[in-house]
Amino acid sequence: MDGFGSDFSSGAAGSGKMDPGTIMEQVKVQIAVANAQELLQRMTDKCFKKCVGKPGGSLDNSEQKCIAMCMDRYMDAWNTVSRAYNSRLQRERARI
Amino acid sequence: MDTQGVTADPQLQQFIEVESQKQRFQQLVHQMTDVCWEKCMDKPGPKLDSRTETCFVNCVERFIDTSQFILNRLEQTQRGRGSLSETMSD
Repeated sequence: MDGFGSDFSSGAAGSGKMDPGTIMEQVKVQIAVANAQELLQRMTDKCFKKCVGKPGGSLDNSEQKCIAMCMDRYMDAWNTVSRAYNSRLQRERARI
Repeated sequence: MDTQGVTADPQLQQFIEVESQKQRFQQLVHQMTDVCWEKCMDKPGPKLDSRTETCFVNCVERFIDTSQFILNRLEQTQRGRGSLSETMSD
């Protein structure tokens, strides 16, 4: 990695087209952002359902504590699922 | 802009394939976490206890089993072995 990620403007300005390295870095960033957004969206949905009852005028202390714990548990769950899925894929590949 | 050169680039092609595969993996993890949360999670506690963790692991395995089952059976019915409900194996 010798500078592809550091200056996005140099590729386009020099030759009149984007060099592949620049494109790849930008795409990777966009993918990471999209994944983070998806995670946040689903986490918010799940934790709202678990922690907030009849919506009041604000989030009370117990609701906030619940949401904080829920976020951590959701990440734990996500990591567990990721590991389990990865193991399964490797097992499947070993059979072929 | 020379778009022809960009799409013919083998380095880019490989990059696209690798990133696409990574994305398919990520998407399935998002989806299974969502579905398995509904099945396995009661009230969020200070940590993920081992029973809940086992549930998530089982859930992933059974989800993939289900997906494979469906594909296999669909393939069988496509080969003209009658209606879907007739092909139950036991």
